[in-house]
Amino acid sequence: MPAPIRLRELIRTIRTARTQAEEREMIQKECAAIRSSFREEDNTYRCRNVAKLLYMHMLGYPAHFGQLECLKLIASQKFTDKRIGYLGAMLLLDERQDVHLLMTNCIKNDLNHSTQYVQGLALCTLGCMGSSEMCRDLAGEVEKLLKTSNSYLRKKAALCAVHVIRKVPELMEMFLPATKNLLSEKNHGVLHTSVVLLTEMCERSPDMLAHFRKLVPQLVRILKNLIMSGYSPEHDVSGISDPFLQVRILRLLRILGKNDDDSSEAMNDILAQVATNTETSKNVGNAILYETVLTIMDIKSESGLRVLAINILGRFLLNNDKNIRYVALTSLLKTVQTDHNAVQRHRSTIVDCLKDLDVSIKRRAMELSFALVNGNNIRGMMKELLYFLDSCDPEFKADCASGVFLAAEKYAPSKRWHIDTIMRVLTTAGSYVRDDSVPNLIQLITNSVEMHAYTVQRLYKALLDDISQQPLVQVASWCIGEYGDLLVSGQCEEEEPIQVTEDEVLDVLEGLLVSNLSTPVTRGYSLTAIMKLSTRFSSVNRIKKVVSIYGSSIDVELQQRAVEYNALFKKYDHMRSALLERMPIMEKTASNGPTEIVQTNGETDPSVVETKHPPPVTQSTNQATDLLDLLGGNDMVPVIQTSVPTKPASAGGELLDLLGDLSLSGGPAPTPAPSVPTSQPPFLLDGLSSQPLFNDIAAAGIPPMTAYNKNGLKIDFTFERANPNPNIAVITINASNSTEADMTDFVFQAAVPKTFQLQLLSPSSNVVPALNQGTVTQVIRVLNPQKQQLRMRIKLTYTHRASSIQDLAEVNNFPPQSWQ
Amino acid sequence: MIKAILIFNNHGKPRLIRFYQYFAEDMQQQIIRETFHLVSKRDDNVCNFLEGGSLIGGSDYKLIYRHYATLYFVFCVDSSESELGILDLIQVFVETLDKCFENVCELDLIFHMDKVHYILQEVVMGGMVLETNMNEIIAQVEVQNRLEKSEVRPFLSSSKSFPLIYVFGFSQVSAIKYSLSVL
Repeated sequence: MPAPIRLRELIRTIRTARTQAEEREMIQKECAAIRSSFREEDNTYRCRNVAKLLYMHMLGYPAHFGQLECLKLIASQKFTDKRIGYLGAMLLLDERQDVHLLMTNCIKNDLNHSTQYVQGLALCTLGCMGSSEMCRDLAGEVEKLLKTSNSYLRKKAALCAVHVIRKVPELMEMFLPATKNLLSEKNHGVLHTSVVLLTEMCERSPDMLAHFRKLVPQLVRILKNLIMSGYSPEHDVSGISDPFLQVRILRLLRILGKNDDDSSEAMNDILAQVATNTETSKNVGNAILYETVLTIMDIKSESGLRVLAINILGRFLLNNDKNIRYVALTSLLKTVQTDHNAVQRHRSTIVDCLKDLDVSIKRRAMELSFALVNGNNIRGMMKELLYFLDSCDPEFKADCASGVFLAAEKYAPSKRWHIDTIMRVLTTAGSYVRDDSVPNLIQLITNSVEMHAYTVQRLYKALLDDISQQPLVQVASWCIGEYGDLLVSGQCEEEEPIQVTEDEVLDVLEGLLVSNLSTPVTRGYSLTAIMKLSTRFSSVNRIKKVVSIYGSSIDVELQQRAVEYNALFKKYDHMRSALLERMPIMEKTASNGPTEIVQTNGETDPSVVETKHPPPVTQSTNQATDLLDLLGGNDMVPVIQTSVPTKPASAGGELLDLLGDLSLSGGPAPTPAPSVPTSQPPFLLDGLSSQPLFNDIAAAGIPPMTAYNKNGLKIDFTFERANPNPNIAVITINASNSTEADMTDFVFQAAVPKTFQLQLLSPSSNVVPALNQGTVTQVIRVLNPQKQQLRMRIKLTYTHRASSIQDLAEVNNFPPQSWQ
Repeated sequence: MIKAILIFNNHGKPRLIRFYQYFAEDMQQQIIRETFHLVSKRDDNVCNFLEGGSLIGGSDYKLIYRHYATLYFVFCVDSSESELGILDLIQVFVETLDKCFENVCELDLIFHMDKVHYILQEVVMGGMVLETNMNEIIAQVEVQNRLEKSEVRPFLSSSKSFPLIYVFGFSQVSAIKYSLSVL
């Protein structure tokens, strides 16, 4: 077998390959040769082969068959072999391979070798890829070497100790005695690595931190020597004496001085000295200054020093060198929370950085600008930021848009400004805004009542220009649906009103439906908007046509909506105006999008609100208030219904009137309403997601009961247990009428104590036929997490023999099995 | 902590790859490709710090790089390292290479990958900076090289510098050396 080729021959050969395939071929050939050479157990050429293997590994070819060979090399006596063997081990092996444990013994022997370079190799390997088992075994050796007088070994042992501590934190105490006189070393290499070791120990353990605080004077002294000492050719880098060590010491001082007055005090002088004496013409000086500034900001320094630090950063910002500017922006970002006012002084420079060509600087400047926005500078800052949004790269747009929204929400000087800003963002970066901003915006718009006309007008104009940006289109179509009447009547005070006819508006909305640019979600929005306009516009026929066309759409969601709206036209026309009433002001609970949306407005999040039920309902918080009044006491929680069977147009007022003689507890009303929503969703979604509601298998046979029986109207309750959740009781009511006349406009309402939650589903009909010819059924779901006794108050409203009747009753005779 | 040190040329060919954090082989190659992609897009007059790329360690990492003629020296570090300090470190490393190889150029790195590794081992160990004094590093490397040489060819007297000039026996290798401009 001829001698294997040398590494450089191989490299030469590979470089002659003209294509990737040729290279691969050459490498495969060589791998085969190497493999057969390994099989022959050839000691002389093994190191050469492994070197070649490492080269091929760097190019990306598999080299794991060389792992064992590396071990054999490590075990060899020759330094050459060991050197390449250890390198191979570091590159090819890691703790995931079982093979690596075989190294432990070799390393142990080598740690005690007579040649310091062999010891060095062993330390290096252990410090790079030692696993926790290896570290545990060999920590004692490392500790021994940490105390040696050989500086070459000592510095390597220090870093190896850092690795050991990282892998096995419990061993940290073991190294404590050895650290005692680490700092009295003269050798800078050892000093440097010792400081690294101390830093690691302080970061990991507060006890160590307290223990090492006493080293502060020593560190200060070392730093002083470094600065004051004259030119030392050994450690000089561009005229500064060992900047790396200076930076490391400053960092350790930062950790030691944090939250500690005494240490901070001891450091003040030296920090001031470093800050003023360091030359800033080269990168080196700036590195030290930067570290000094960070340290000053972190420890409990006196205010003069802090001002000095921020000024240094300000100077950095004006520096020509981009690196310095970048670093300054980063540190200002860190300090803006604590020293807000000081940073504000540099605001104009920071805003200028937004226009820089460098991507990294732009990003930093953007983050910092958002941090600096406050009530005073909002207008100016927003102008700059919007300009930035226009011209920046796409990768920034999403973050910038969300930042703008947040800032606008917190500091908007006026509602009109707020809406203008939002419009601007939507039109310029509309496709990059986050999904949850659409519901948030809609809520904002709803709540600024006086701006409705202005908003809808602007949105309409924006739609005319451009329909490609989905969030903009969604918000716009929602608004047109809601406030289309304001649009057509040309009522805007803020701006010149535009003349728009109903047909034009419908044209635009229909255009959205057919356009290729619209996503399915947007189409859903526009269909619903068209439907809503049927109560606000007069040209109902056109709307009916559109809606019926989409009844056969391929998109299931659209089809469903269209079918339901059609049904609304045909069978439930009397309900239409009530259902499509304008949305009330929504309570902003917390800014978690889906939660509140399910509660108040089923439309804006179409995927959540389920579909077996008739179209979304005007969920009025007024209604909640009224029910609370209705039920008189503070212990009753109003039910949030998912559908309202019959409701005359102004629902709220009537209920209140009817029940005028009840004690009205108007005060606490709003508070339960918000708190109920946030606890509702799990329950609601529970209910909505289990479709075959009526097919629930009755769990235990709970006997039915009669809840109400008066004036010929009898209401029976039958019980089932909802399968997924045993705390939910499903009650089906059956209302029957034994009189001779039908009971029409029948409405059943219920309320339960606070510890329960209730959900009423839609009734089968609102007419209870006479003479027990049929029943009206309705399903109630009660969540009873605390397994308390179920009580309920019910209210019945119906028209009988041309007079309207309502009645209240309390139901207390629930069988025990229904709530246990 | 330094997570990785990558040296590649203007076309993305790796010249030295050292990872101080475990990554699978194909992951390593992907990181190299992605880093090259990010770094090569940069102009020459922008700052030397890059964030972005999502491969290494999530959000807490930066790329600090320097471009010398045909080679990019890229250090991937996390937030515990001083950015400006690392820039200086790259400078020290390159100057050391320059002293060791006498006017180092890309070809030196190509053909002496193992020697470059040994030099790097004296500068960075386990992802942490070991020694920054150039003379110290060079001295240690030289002693070890002599040790190696004495084993291979015991009759050769110890030479101060290690071999730099190789005779290239074929015509395809271009004779032009790209020299690095050392700042």
